[in-house]
Amino acid sequence: MGIQSEQNLKMKANQIRRDLLHMVHHAKTGHTGGSLSSADILTTLFYDVMHHDPVNPDWPARDRFILSKGHSVEGYWNILADMGYFPKTQLETFSKFGSPIIGHPNNKVPGVEMNTGALGHGLSISVGMAIAAKMKKEDWRVFTLMGDGEQAEGSVWEAAMAAAHYKLDNLVGIIDRNGLQISGSTEDVMALEPMDEKWHAFGWHVVKVDGLGTDG
Amino acid sequence: MNKIPNRQAVCETLMELSATDPDIVVLASDSRGSASMAPFAARFPERFVEIGIAEQNLVGVAAGMAASGLKPFVTSPACFLSMRSIEQVKVDVAYSKTNVVLVGISGGVSYGALGMSHHSLQDLAVMRAIPGISVFLPADRHETRRLVEALVANPQPAYVRIGRNPVEDVHESADFPFEIGKAICLAEGKDVTIIAAGETVRPALDASLILEAEGIFCRVLNLHTIKPFDREAVLKAARETGFIVTVEEHSIHGGLGAAVAELVSQVCPVPMKIVGIPDEPAIPGTSAEVFAHYGLDAAGIARAVRKLTQC
Repeated sequence: MGIQSEQNLKMKANQIRRDLLHMVHHAKTGHTGGSLSSADILTTLFYDVMHHDPVNPDWPARDRFILSKGHSVEGYWNILADMGYFPKTQLETFSKFGSPIIGHPNNKVPGVEMNTGALGHGLSISVGMAIAAKMKKEDWRVFTLMGDGEQAEGSVWEAAMAAAHYKLDNLVGIIDRNGLQISGSTEDVMALEPMDEKWHAFGWHVVKVDGLGTDG
Repeated sequence: MNKIPNRQAVCETLMELSATDPDIVVLASDSRGSASMAPFAARFPERFVEIGIAEQNLVGVAAGMAASGLKPFVTSPACFLSMRSIEQVKVDVAYSKTNVVLVGISGGVSYGALGMSHHSLQDLAVMRAIPGISVFLPADRHETRRLVEALVANPQPAYVRIGRNPVEDVHESADFPFEIGKAICLAEGKDVTIIAAGETVRPALDASLILEAEGIFCRVLNLHTIKPFDREAVLKAARETGFIVTVEEHSIHGGLGAAVAELVSQVCPVPMKIVGIPDEPAIPGTSAEVFAHYGLDAAGIARAVRKLTQC
C-alpha cells in the first residue's frame, strides 16, 4: 500500500476506533474491547505493511490476512469499507437480519479470505496458506491476528509447531496482548506468561512491540 | 478375492492424476502408512505434507492450502478426522467453502478389536448434518477410483469414508457409469429394496442372490453418495417395491437409514428396517465378525428382508 507516516496511521487508527464504536452503538451489539485494542495493529497492516488491492480483492499476489480472533471484527469491517472493498453504507447493516456484515469475518464479503470466529483456527489456516505459497514459489506473505485469551486453545500450539517445522518465514503471527478476556485478566483465567518464552520455545522469532502504537 | 484395499486405490489414483495436475497435494497425521500413502509421499515428497498427530491442525492447514488454489486430500483415520477435527471441518472447510477432500481411512469397525475409540460409527451422522459438505462411501476399489477422479475434476468440500481391508469387488472394472449424487442400481427386483453404501454393498448384493433363490426379488441400490442424496432413486424404489431395508456400517442413528427414513416417511411412507450398529459401543472383533454379529453380512441382511416382507 505504500509507506504511511506515523502521524497518518495514528489518525487513521483513531478514526477506525471512532467508527467502530459508532457501529457497535448503532447496532447495539458487538465486541468493543478486542476491536479497540487491535485497531492500531490492523491499521498498520492494512494501510502500511500488507500488499493488497481493494479494487482487485482476489489479486493472486496479495498478502493474506486471517483474523483468528474473529470476534474483533468491527475494526476490520470499518477498515475494509474505508479502503473500498465494499460500500461504507453497508456498515449500517452490521449484525442486521440477513446482512453479510456479521459479528465475525465472513468470506462472502470481498477482502475476507476465510470465515473465522471459532478460536484457535486462524493460525492453522495461515500455516496452510504459507505452505501453499512456498509450494507455488510465490512470495506473498500471511499475517494472522490472534487474541491472547485464544492462546489457551491447544490447536494454536499444533499450528505453532507446524510453522516452525516447515520454517515458514513467510508467516507472521500477531498476538493482541490486551491482557483481558471475557471473564477477566488472562492471567487469572488461564495464565499465559511467560508468553514470549513459550513462542520462542516453539521455534518462533518473537518480537514484542507496543500494540497501541503504529511505529512498532 | 480382491487384494487391493480402497485406501490403496485412493493412493494409486492420486499418483496417476498428480502426474498431470500440479495442484493435488496430500496431507497426513502420522498416518501415511495406514492410509497407504507412503508411495505418494515417496514419489511426490514436495506435495506431501506431514502434520503429525494433530488432527485439528491437519484440517485447518488443508483449508488454508485449498483457499490458496491447491486441491488437498487429507488422509487420517475416520475416527479422529470426523470427531477431533469436526469444528475445523464445519468452519474452515464447509462454511468457508474450501475444496478439501477428507479421506477417513479405516472407517466403521475396520479397527474392530481396538475398541470404541477407534470405531467411526457416528461420522455419517455428524458430516451429514453440516451444510456444504458432500459425503461418500465407495463400495469397492473401482468405485473408489471413479470417486477420486470425480473429486479431482470437481473439487468440493467432501468427506470420503473408506475401510481398512480389501473388499470384494462390486464392479467388474472401473468402466461403469459413475456420477456424484446418483445411486447405482445393482439389481432390479420389484419385491423389496435393499439400500447399502460402502462395505455393506457387497453383502447386500449377496443377500439378494440368496433371496432370489427363495423367490424374493430384491432391488439393490448402492448409495455411494450419502449427500447430496439421490431422492429420486430412493422414492422410486419406495413406490415400486413397497419395502426398504437399509444396511450400514454405522450407528442406526443419523446415518444412511436415517437419511432414507427422513425422505420416505415424509413423501412416500413404506415399511422400513434400518440395519446397522445399535446404540452401544460396538463389540470388538474383526470386521467380518462384527458384521455377522449385527446382521450386516449377507445372511443377516437376508434375515432382515424376510422378516420385513413377511410381517
